[in-house]
Amino acid sequence: MTDKIEFAFNAENARKAKEHIAKYPEGWQASAVMPLLDLAQRQNEGWLSQPAMDYVANMLDMPPIRVYEVATFYTMYNLKPVGKHHVQVCTNLPCWLRGSDAIVGACKKSLNIEMGETTEDGQFTLSEAECLGACVNAPMIQINDDYYEDLDSKATEEVLEELKAGRTPKAGSQGVRHTCEPAGGLTSLMHQADLKTEKAGDT
Amino acid sequence: MLDDKDRIFTNIYGLDDPGISGAQRRGDWDGTKKLLDLGRDKIIEIVKGSGLRGRGGAGFSTGMKWSFMPKEVGERPHFLVINADEGEPGTCKDREIMRHDPHKLIEGALIAAFAMGAHAAYCYIRGEFFREAEALERAAQEAYDAGLIGDNACGSGYKFDFYVHRGMGAYICGEESALIESLEGKKGQPRMKPPFPANVGLYGCPTTVNNVESIAVVPAIMRRGADWFAGIGRPNNQGVKLFNISGHVNQPCTVEEEMGIPLKELIEKHAGGVRGGWDNLLAIIPGGASVPLLPRSVCDDVLMDFDALRDVQSGLGTAAVMVMDKSTDLVRAITRLSAFYKHESCGQCTPCREGTGWMWRMMERIAAGNADINEIDTLEEVTRQVEGHTICALGDAAAWPIQGLIRHFRADMEKKITDAKAGSPQAGNPRAA
Repeated sequence: MTDKIEFAFNAENARKAKEHIAKYPEGWQASAVMPLLDLAQRQNEGWLSQPAMDYVANMLDMPPIRVYEVATFYTMYNLKPVGKHHVQVCTNLPCWLRGSDAIVGACKKSLNIEMGETTEDGQFTLSEAECLGACVNAPMIQINDDYYEDLDSKATEEVLEELKAGRTPKAGSQGVRHTCEPAGGLTSLMHQADLKTEKAGDT
Repeated sequence: MLDDKDRIFTNIYGLDDPGISGAQRRGDWDGTKKLLDLGRDKIIEIVKGSGLRGRGGAGFSTGMKWSFMPKEVGERPHFLVINADEGEPGTCKDREIMRHDPHKLIEGALIAAFAMGAHAAYCYIRGEFFREAEALERAAQEAYDAGLIGDNACGSGYKFDFYVHRGMGAYICGEESALIESLEGKKGQPRMKPPFPANVGLYGCPTTVNNVESIAVVPAIMRRGADWFAGIGRPNNQGVKLFNISGHVNQPCTVEEEMGIPLKELIEKHAGGVRGGWDNLLAIIPGGASVPLLPRSVCDDVLMDFDALRDVQSGLGTAAVMVMDKSTDLVRAITRLSAFYKHESCGQCTPCREGTGWMWRMMERIAAGNADINEIDTLEEVTRQVEGHTICALGDAAAWPIQGLIRHFRADMEKKITDAKAGSPQAGNPRAA
């Protein structure tokens, strides 16, 4: 952590930080450390530098070591720079059962990097993730704030190609269904069958 | 099979509007003030009478839990904390509530908080659920704007605030005391109990932590009555439940069903059956990664509820059903779970911090056939030394899947080892023959 660049919230994040702090009782402003570190990370191109952590510590009147403890405990804080698009492939059991190995392979091939690496142009970082909680839509990947679900190798490559071209691929299921209903047709909530047809038409 | 009229989550697939107008059309926020007018004691009595058991995995009576909160609010305020840190592998039910039916959760939070004398609820949602947190924030703002929550919630004169707090990636924060630590701005490491959260919880104040689904079903129970909910399922295992069916089925899905539905019926009616037919089934993990797997012979007629699954040495857990057909390398599958628990151990208790690593490394070696047969017994012994010797249940959760594998599929583990010793080309998968 040799980075000595000063860090301060921009006006919008300063306002958001205040809103977060106001959620918690007086004297318990440390509760806001996680949302504030998240804001700092978003402002700092996706990672937390030491000046950013120190800034949050100062704002919340916390000893810096307490903030470092939090930043190092939770996996969503990046302590070194990451690519513009952070591609996280779930390889836990439900995704593995439905072919996450092939998704990992497709990502490596498309991005031409290994797990844990960043592309030379700084556009993509590839990581392995633990269960992301979209198991009935396995296999899936998370890219920044969005989930891409019901993937196969081809769909994975298409999503990545869209991002490479500077476009925003549609998040959610890449298959034929709306969300987590059975792909072949509803087996419950039958009165919504017409809505399903309508939504399927959107995709 | 559950009738559509008995389903609570009528927008679970997000086919309809998740916003307040859609929610009100589906019956949410209808006469909530009248429900509050019943009073704290009556609300808790109804929830107790419904037989609702916590939907986060442990299955403790929700009404009973609420009744542990102090009767009078003293100098320390009371808090409701909602556990939306859904991270148990296989589980993705709370996600659908929060993004597609968020008003059920917020209305339930108001009723639960009122019943426990809490004026604030914190919903701790896993950080990866960024869009779900947005959906929940949107719904909360709608509820504030409509006066349904806030200084005078539903015109009841009761002040109630609902806050969304995002986690940042730590499975352990699904454990209630680790969640409370995290919410206080610390590392998510579980606390010793006692004291229990109902006495000393968030900020040292009386606190109840409930799962999203447990809270979200409360308004329906209040409106339709304890008897309606209790009349579904079997005694001690009542009500409706969201199930997640993943893995080797033709149509993985989330569905609301009655408690106690036969596992086979659940899979065949809703998930399109096992890939390649029921006879192609090898094993099922019925309640999230932490519960022991079931061999096919048990799956044939087991019921999906707390007691039936306990009786076959497994558990309902979060009702996340992971189906594995005969192509599955089960030793590899359980090894993947061992890697998960090693990754997620918070490091506080030695048996878990060290034991999850030992168990994972032994599983890796056995999966590669690079072990002696008698090491399976050593592994079993290690699981017994971790189990029950830690502050929280993560150690148990890491031990149980391995115990289940040894109990039902020891022969697969042995074959890995003997094949490797014999230099068999099939050492990779015992079923590849």
